[in-house]
Amino acid sequence: MKFGTEIVVLSLFAFAALVAAGFGVEGPFRQHMGVLFFAVAGFTAILLRNTDFKPAAPIDTSAYMDGPIRYGAIATVFWGVVGMLVGVIIALQLAYPHLNIQPWFNFGRLRPLHTSGVVFAFGGNALLCTSLYVVQRTCRARLFGGKLAWFVFWGYQLFIVMAATGYLLGITEAREYAEPEWYVDLWLTIVWVAYLILFLGTILKRKEPHIYVANWFYLSFIVTIAMLHVVNNLSMPASFLGSKSYSAFSGVQDALTQWWYGHNAVGFFLTAGFLGMMYYFVPKQANRPVYSYRLSIVHFWAIIFLYIWAGPHHLHYTALPDWAQTLGMAFSIMLWMPSWGGMINGLMTLSGAWDKLRTDPIIRMMVMAVAFYGMSTFEGPIMSIKTVNSLSHYTDWTIGHVHSGALGWVGMISFGAIYYMVPKLWNRERLYSLRLVTWHFWLATLGIVVYAAVMWVSGIMQGLMWREYDEQGFLVYSFAETVAAMHPFYVMRAIGGAMYLTGALLMAWNVTMTIRGYQRKEQPLPGSEPALRPAE
Amino acid sequence: MSYNLMREFADSWGLLAMALFFVGCIAFALRPGGKTQADQAAQIPLKDD
Repeated sequence: MKFGTEIVVLSLFAFAALVAAGFGVEGPFRQHMGVLFFAVAGFTAILLRNTDFKPAAPIDTSAYMDGPIRYGAIATVFWGVVGMLVGVIIALQLAYPHLNIQPWFNFGRLRPLHTSGVVFAFGGNALLCTSLYVVQRTCRARLFGGKLAWFVFWGYQLFIVMAATGYLLGITEAREYAEPEWYVDLWLTIVWVAYLILFLGTILKRKEPHIYVANWFYLSFIVTIAMLHVVNNLSMPASFLGSKSYSAFSGVQDALTQWWYGHNAVGFFLTAGFLGMMYYFVPKQANRPVYSYRLSIVHFWAIIFLYIWAGPHHLHYTALPDWAQTLGMAFSIMLWMPSWGGMINGLMTLSGAWDKLRTDPIIRMMVMAVAFYGMSTFEGPIMSIKTVNSLSHYTDWTIGHVHSGALGWVGMISFGAIYYMVPKLWNRERLYSLRLVTWHFWLATLGIVVYAAVMWVSGIMQGLMWREYDEQGFLVYSFAETVAAMHPFYVMRAIGGAMYLTGALLMAWNVTMTIRGYQRKEQPLPGSEPALRPAE
Repeated sequence: MSYNLMREFADSWGLLAMALFFVGCIAFALRPGGKTQADQAAQIPLKDD
């Protein structure tokens, strides 16, 4: 019977969720378990409607397993649009506080929905599907473990749904980028270990003797996130039928654990994982090998050895011991070298093929991504310097920095990878429209420029206003005055974000039409070779 | 194990071991004759689909 085991296990799972929804010790937990029940029961109903009792068709085990990757590509686009939309909403909430709708849609609950939505739902799905795509093609082996890839994909989507609905219900650990409570953390741990087994198993059964460098980056991302997630979420629930838990650490130890996690989530989720993407998709799209393979190995080991120490720079001028703050700062500055080595390696892959920048909007997107990788990894170490940090910390400058990395680097390289993969995954000759990709490129690039530039101005203004004393030693501005001064910048920031979101919507349209098999009739891009015509 | 003991280990033998491992990795990547192998490895994604 097709899906037999799955239906039985999922029915029991749904029943357990229903019991927890009934016996939960507090309201939000009962509601959250209700959400879990409907999600799992609904999924089981879909399986029941698609089951049959015919003998299963034989699976061609020599071919690559692309089913979960197709779903992952769609999920990436879907969650990307959702996460960016929430981002624009909270940007508008900051500019116009009346848009806070209590209690579920206020800024405090939507903000983690946005960060988790773009980082873990959009970025996570992009990493999940590209890693499975890349590992099969560079190992020349089918995914390990039969249906394991499906479990990882759907399990991860369930994690996203539970995390997102939990935030809206007000369930949070209040740890930045690690807000889900203990039961959602446990579920993610299970899914993540399955992902590790899936990825490592595929590497172990590879037919290519050498493990290509992209897989090293992906593997370091999977292993490190497992370690970070488990340690940072060591906590004791107050009740096994309640959502509240207490961290195993307290005080400054807890803060340092959190920022060891938080910065390495940036280092290994948003950097190492997406570098894996860069080292496969840039050479593929440019049709040239990476500029220097040996530099990519140096890049890898230097990132691994340096990043893990940089977390304390989030805790400058706090109760954290001074030596630890200085350590975090020193390692952050050292990160300049591998970051720029990697950026040069990515850009120089195009040497001898720079004309593609004119004719191929996908390669243009990837190059812009790598350029933003260089820019934000230049800005980050500067901001980690204590004297600079005393101005920049807690201001919008930080938000601008994060977005130049997230929108510029993570977003753009993921868009490039999606545009590369989708026609291949669905056996289409080309994308629906290359002109739409050009539109997406410019909307996204200009959106980021508006966003980052506005946040620089507003952040530095905010920092300077906070620290201004008069001749008698009194602070010149009240906090509310600094907030009022930022209003125009908040509005401009929302416009930049809306431009970026519009680009993502164009991508969703383009990808949908490509999957459905349409090709838009359009003029070729300027600069591309004219179609050959017979001599007359 | 006390904090001080771990701290002392971390900034002596632990530091040395990690530094040596790192230098070893870089030296291995840049070893003479490694270039041919690296160039072959760089071709892996381009070989087929």
